[in-house]
Amino acid sequence: MKLYKILILALFAGVLIYASLDLPYRGDPDNLMHAERSITGTPVIGNYAIQEAYNDAHTPNMVTVILGDYRSIDTFGEQIVIYTAGLITLLVLRSRRRRKNR
Amino acid sequence: MRNKHTSPIVLLGSRLLSPYIMVFGWYVIFHGHYSPGGGFQGGALLAASVLLIRVSGGRLISRMQLQEYVNTPLAIVGVIIYFLTGLTVMFAGGYFLDYGELPIPGMEPYWLRYTGILIIEVGIGLTVMAILVMIYDNMVKGEDYG
Repeated sequence: MKLYKILILALFAGVLIYASLDLPYRGDPDNLMHAERSITGTPVIGNYAIQEAYNDAHTPNMVTVILGDYRSIDTFGEQIVIYTAGLITLLVLRSRRRRKNR
Repeated sequence: MRNKHTSPIVLLGSRLLSPYIMVFGWYVIFHGHYSPGGGFQGGALLAASVLLIRVSGGRLISRMQLQEYVNTPLAIVGVIIYFLTGLTVMFAGGYFLDYGELPIPGMEPYWLRYTGILIIEVGIGLTVMAILVMIYDNMVKGEDYG
């Protein structure tokens, strides 16, 4: 049984290494994600953000512009997730006390 | 806190450190436009400054700093700041959370976007701080009475 597990792990590692051989080189300007237009002819968002982030919001940190402006509804969802997690701790950790007091 | 006795040396050290951590947290929130940082990181730092007093001083001393019942309203205020910013823009004629249409007179659209990003970062920071403190309080309460 242990041999099977080791075999499966080795096989999975082999698959991952084989897949990583096809990755593009880092920092290559000819990569698809650095192109101005994608294969289907639509503009690439990363290129637009790098070019226009300062002109849109006059903010040098373009990560802040993407997080707060271009992807603001996503950030709103993240905030609600954090808020819900806090409320769930209130439900989970405080109900135990009441049950023991009874 | 089972052990009621608090160490005065630890309390003195954390009293010295806590205001500076809190000021640095606000700096991280408001300086997020120019350096790495923003609402989430700054909120975590604010929570660290509050939790330092709670860990070192116990419940009696932490009650003087930030009461436990303040946590939930503070988190809701953070969410409402974010949501009302988006809703105000929507009523002013833009899309939801499109800060270029904020109804502040005499400002160019890019300065409006700058201001909008700042407002929502403050909201995120408040929520993250209140929720982290709330998680700590609930864990301590469950341990005390369990």
